[in-house]
Amino acid sequence: MTWTKTEYAGWGRALSAKGEVTRPERADMIAALAADGAAPAMGMRRSYGDAALNSEGRMIDMTRLDRLLSFDPKTGILEVEAGARIGDIAETFAPRGWLPAVMPGTGFATIGGCIGQDVHGKNHHHQGSFGQHVTEITLLQKGKELRVKPGSALFKATVGGLGQTGVILRAKIRMIPCKGDLVFVTERRACNWEEHLTLLDASEATYTVGWIDATATGPELGRGIVEEGESGAGLVKKRGKASKVPLDAPHFALAKPIVKAFNWAYFHRVPARGRTVVKALGDFFFPLDKIHDWNRLYGKRGFYQFQCVVPLGAAPALRQMLQEIAGSGLASPLAVLKRMGPGRGGYLSFPMEGYTLAIDFPNRPEARALIKRLEAMTSEAGGRLYFAKDGLATGAQIRAMYPDLPKWQREVKKADPDGALVTDLVRRLNLRTA
Amino acid sequence: MNSWIILGATSGMARPFLRKLAEQGNALFLAGRNQEELETLAADCRLRGAPAVQVMRFDARDHSNYADLIATFTAQGDVLNTAVFSGSMPDQEVIDANPALIEGVMADSYTGPATFLQMLVPHMEARSAGTILGVGSVAGDRGRLGNYVYGAAKAAFATYLSGLRNRAGRKGVHVITVKPGPVDTAMTQGMELPFMTTPEAVADDLMKAIEKRRNVVYTARIWQVVMTVIRLIPEPIFKKMSI
Ligand SMILES: Cc1cc2nc3c(=O)[nH]c(=O)nc-3n(C[C@H](O)[C@H](O)[C@H](O)COP(=O)(O)OP(=O)(O)OC[C@H]3O[C@@H](n4cnc5c(N)ncnc54)[C@H](O)[C@@H]3O)c2cc1C
Repeated sequence: MTWTKTEYAGWGRALSAKGEVTRPERADMIAALAADGAAPAMGMRRSYGDAALNSEGRMIDMTRLDRLLSFDPKTGILEVEAGARIGDIAETFAPRGWLPAVMPGTGFATIGGCIGQDVHGKNHHHQGSFGQHVTEITLLQKGKELRVKPGSALFKATVGGLGQTGVILRAKIRMIPCKGDLVFVTERRACNWEEHLTLLDASEATYTVGWIDATATGPELGRGIVEEGESGAGLVKKRGKASKVPLDAPHFALAKPIVKAFNWAYFHRVPARGRTVVKALGDFFFPLDKIHDWNRLYGKRGFYQFQCVVPLGAAPALRQMLQEIAGSGLASPLAVLKRMGPGRGGYLSFPMEGYTLAIDFPNRPEARALIKRLEAMTSEAGGRLYFAKDGLATGAQIRAMYPDLPKWQREVKKADPDGALVTDLVRRLNLRTA
Repeated sequence: MNSWIILGATSGMARPFLRKLAEQGNALFLAGRNQEELETLAADCRLRGAPAVQVMRFDARDHSNYADLIATFTAQGDVLNTAVFSGSMPDQEVIDANPALIEGVMADSYTGPATFLQMLVPHMEARSAGTILGVGSVAGDRGRLGNYVYGAAKAAFATYLSGLRNRAGRKGVHVITVKPGPVDTAMTQGMELPFMTTPEAVADDLMKAIEKRRNVVYTARIWQVVMTVIRLIPEPIFKKMSI
C-alpha cells in the first residue's frame, strides 16, 4: 500500500496527529493491507476527540471501501463494506421502506465507526444501540479475515471496542421498516428543566430528542425544544446542496451574545402551543450535515464536546451541571438532552438507562477547566463519559465508569497481542493495561 | 431505458458517476479487468437502483473479445451510451528506466478504448442517439517533465475524441471530452498536487456535461484557466520550466 505522511484531526480539531495514512479503494487491496502489518482503522473521523487518531503510528482510512453488498428484503439484513456512510444508506433505502435501526446525529458516520463506538440515535429508548442490530462483523485480525457473530466475547469487545480487535471490513446490519423518507416532527417548547424532563419522560414517539438552550439561566434554566418524529411518506422538496464553511471562523464568531441571540431565536421559532412539521429525512436526523465543515466555526483552536449520561435517579446532578454550564457563559448553540434506555451492545458501550447531555465548548482554558469539573460531577453521579466525544478525561475516571473494562481487555489482548491497534485515545486513557 | 457501458469501471474516479447513473435508473454494463471488483460494484449499483447490471471483461491491451462485448451491449433495444475511464499512469522515472512500458500506457489510455469505440460507434450512429464520454487529462494539454508519456497517451485520446465528435455528431451521437486535473483517488495517493478535486465533484460535472451536451469539460473548472495559461507559455521558456 502507499502510505502518506499527513496531519489529521478529530472532528473537534482540538486534537490532531501526524502519521502515515493509507486508503484502500478496492477489495483486492485488503491483501496488500494485511501484508503491511496491523494498524488501526478510522472512518470519517466524526469522533470529536482522539479516538480515530494515531500519532505514534499508522492509520487506515476505510472511507473508500463503501459499497453496499447485498440486501434481503425478507429479513431486512443489509451487508455493507465498513466505509459506507449511514446517511447514504438511509437515503438509498428509506424510499423503499427501510432505515438503519440506529442512526447517530451525523449521516457521515461510517458503519465501522458506528460499530467502533456502538453509537445511539434518537430512538435509543426503543431500539437500543447500533451494535444490537449487527448480525455479523468481518474483521481483519492478525492478517486474516474473521467472521464474528453476536453472542461471542469477541463480538462484545468489537462493538464499542474502538477498533482494538481488528479492522472492520464488512458488516451485516438489520434494518427496520419505515413509511418513507419523510419525518413528521412535532416540536414543543419546554420552558424549564422540569418541563423538559417531563416531556422527554412522557414521550412515546419513535424518535425523541431535546434541544437545550444551555445559555438560559434562572427560571428558564434547561428550557428547550422537544422534538418527536415519526417516519412518513409523501412529497416534499429535496434538500438543497449543503453549504460549506470555507475558512476558519474568527474566534468571536461564537461569542456569548451571538450564541444567546441564536438560542433565543431557535426557541421562539416554535410557537408556544407547539407545532407539527414535515421534514426530509436528513433534515431531521442529520441537521448539522447541511453545513459542511461546520467544525470550522470554532476557529483554528477547535472545540471539545462534553457528553455524559447519568442514571435516571441522578437527574438533579445533571441539572447542577447545566447550571454550572449556563453560569459559565461558555456554552455553544448546539446542546442536546435525551433520555436513554438501557440498550448497549458491547463491553465498552456508552449507553445506560438515564439522561444524556451533549454540549460543545470552544477550546479555551476556562472551557477545559469547566469540562474537567463536569467530568468529576459525572463520576460522582455514577454516570459515564462517551469515547466518541471525549478528549480530556483521565484513565482513572474511565475505569470506574466502565466496569466491563477487564473483560474487554482480555479479548483485545488475544486479538492484538502486540498493541499494533492502539490509538491516541487508548494511549491517553491507558485503556489496555489493567 | 438508457444503457451505459463503462470501460475501466473499477477506476476510483468512476465510482460516484456509476452510482449517479444507477440512481437515475440506467442499465449498466461494467467493463474492466478485475472481475471480483466489478461484481462488488455491480452489487452496489443494483442496490442503488440500476434496473440491470452486467459485468464484462474489458482489457485495453487485448482486443480479441471486443466484438463479443459489443454484440452483447448492442443487443439492448434502447439508447446506448459509453463512458471511458480506463488508463494507467506509471511514474515517469519508471518509464525512463523501462521504455517498453510506453506501449502499455498508450494501450490503456488510447489504442484500447479507441479500437473499442471505433467498432461501437456505427451501432450508436444507427440509432441516432447516445453519448460517448471519454476521460482524457489536463496532462494531455502540454508535455511536461513529470509525466509526458502519460500526457502523450491522453493527448492522443483527446485528439481522437475530437475527430469522433466531428464524425458522430452528424449522426446524432454526442461526444464529450473530459479533462480532469488531479482527482483524490488511489492513483494520486501520496502525491502533492494542486487543485485536487474529488470523484464526487467530477461526477457532478459529468452529469451536467451530459445534460448540457458540452463538448470539452475541465474538472475542476479552474484547470481550464490554468491550462490556457500553460499552453500560452512560449516553448523556449517552457522547456526550462519544471511544472
Ligand atoms: C454532528 C455529529 C453528531 C453526532 N451525533 C451522535 C449521536 O447522536 N449518537 C452517537 O452515538 N454519536 C454521535 N456522534 C458521534 C459519531 O457518531 C461517532 O463518533 C462515530 O463513531 C463516527 O463515525 P466515523 O465513521 O467518523 O468513525 P471515526 O470517528 O473515524 O472512528 C470511531 C472509532 O471507530 C474506529 N473505527 C472506525 N472505522 C473502523 C473500522 N472500519 N474498523 C475498525 N475500527 C474502526 C476508530 O478506530 C475509532 O475508534 C456525532 C458526531 C457528530 C460530528
